[in-house]
Amino acid sequence: MEWDWNFVWQIMPTLIEGVKITILATLLGSVLAAVVGLGIALGRRSPNRILARGIGFVAEFIRGTPLLVQLYFIFYVLPDIGILLSPLVAGVIGLGLHYGTYTAEVYRAGIDNVPRGQWEAAKACNLSARQTWTRVILPQAIPPMIPALANYFIAMFKETPLLSAITVLELMNQAKSVANTYYRYIEPITLVGAFFLAISLVAVVLLRWLEHRYGRVER
Amino acid sequence: MTEPIIKIDAISKSFGNFQVLDGLSMQVMPREKLALIGPSGSGKTTILRILMTLERIDAGHIAIEGEQLYHMPKNGGLVAADERHLTKMRQKIGMVFQLFNLFPHMSVIDNVTLAPMLTKGVARAAAEKRAMELLDMVGMSEKAKAMPAQLSGGQKQRVAIARALALQPKIMLFDEVTSALDPELVEEVLNVLWKLCAETDMTMLLVTHEMGFAHDFADRVLFFDRGKIVEEGKPDEMFSNPKQERTQTFLRKIIAAGHRV
Repeated sequence: MEWDWNFVWQIMPTLIEGVKITILATLLGSVLAAVVGLGIALGRRSPNRILARGIGFVAEFIRGTPLLVQLYFIFYVLPDIGILLSPLVAGVIGLGLHYGTYTAEVYRAGIDNVPRGQWEAAKACNLSARQTWTRVILPQAIPPMIPALANYFIAMFKETPLLSAITVLELMNQAKSVANTYYRYIEPITLVGAFFLAISLVAVVLLRWLEHRYGRVER
Repeated sequence: MTEPIIKIDAISKSFGNFQVLDGLSMQVMPREKLALIGPSGSGKTTILRILMTLERIDAGHIAIEGEQLYHMPKNGGLVAADERHLTKMRQKIGMVFQLFNLFPHMSVIDNVTLAPMLTKGVARAAAEKRAMELLDMVGMSEKAKAMPAQLSGGQKQRVAIARALALQPKIMLFDEVTSALDPELVEEVLNVLWKLCAETDMTMLLVTHEMGFAHDFADRVLFFDRGKIVEEGKPDEMFSNPKQERTQTFLRKIIAAGHRV
């Protein structure tokens, strides 16, 4: 089997379409994971015990089952109860929910790291619970956890090929379809690896910068 | 006859099996400067924390200006206070902490303006003008734009005092405000307290190990041990001629430890 550069250039436009979808799914999934994670972290601290327990149970359940199974469920099972989602939307929801249960732990640790005195000072300043969260606790908790969050987003990026299982035309799926059409696997699959490696490397450089920028807290 | 501004009636508080306060009662008159002294674990800090609603009481009643702190009237009886009632009551009280607890992500002036703007709806310009006056009073106006991490402990504590004053409380609670400071920084904070004493008519409760300062500053000194007031009186009597043996022992120990009287 020989490497064919002509074939590489021929399939490149198709693969780049796939890269776009992969990046789009990662970005949307990251945003959703960041929001879901915060929701879970706050929910588990709710004074309402039933709510806190319920959210905790759901989070453990999602974290304890494979992402692939969840994607199948969202895309193929939910239509049975009338929820019909496009592949990309289903994929983003799957990624966001699954990684949201991981980012929730990052938020939890970040929130726990804010000293008790900050809560007490907020109370002595007579701030409401909402003001305490938005003005005092989260602004201190979030910057130091940005590198840890970014780490999960990079991990999520590398799991996006799973979306090919629910027909999302992301990079892996595009590569598979060209490969199946021309019966040549070496170029498409090698290129998939190369694309992921290149983007991951850029992301890691970005992550180092984030760690430098936000990783330290001054008190 | 004037009514007490704080009336504590038979309050109890435990942390797990440890009973910190056991049926404690005391009263504080308006404008009174009170020093609370005693060994650690004696409950003096807990009283301040209870007044600031940082800890709840297990039993008893507290009235601030004749109004219940932890209870509110309902259908002719008293029920447990809700968050709204507590918020209203907290407006009367300010607190300065041992470890300053400045908001580290905000500049000095933002630390001072935050609460008035959020809780009293004061406009930014007015809040900043008032904050500058307060920072000026504590000698920190030049550092208004600085971040807390750039300040010394004494400077942080002076900003924390300005932050508490910004809400114009009637009662100020000072919880060992100089205990975390290097010795050479204690003076600048105590000077601010003197100034407050001279220039405002706030009621002040001071938990302290600075016996010399307590002696000069307080109208009345309360000696606590094991959740009870063992002895109280004018500073002169308390420090020169304590009647209770436990007070004598405590004062002897603390002088031996190098605290001046």
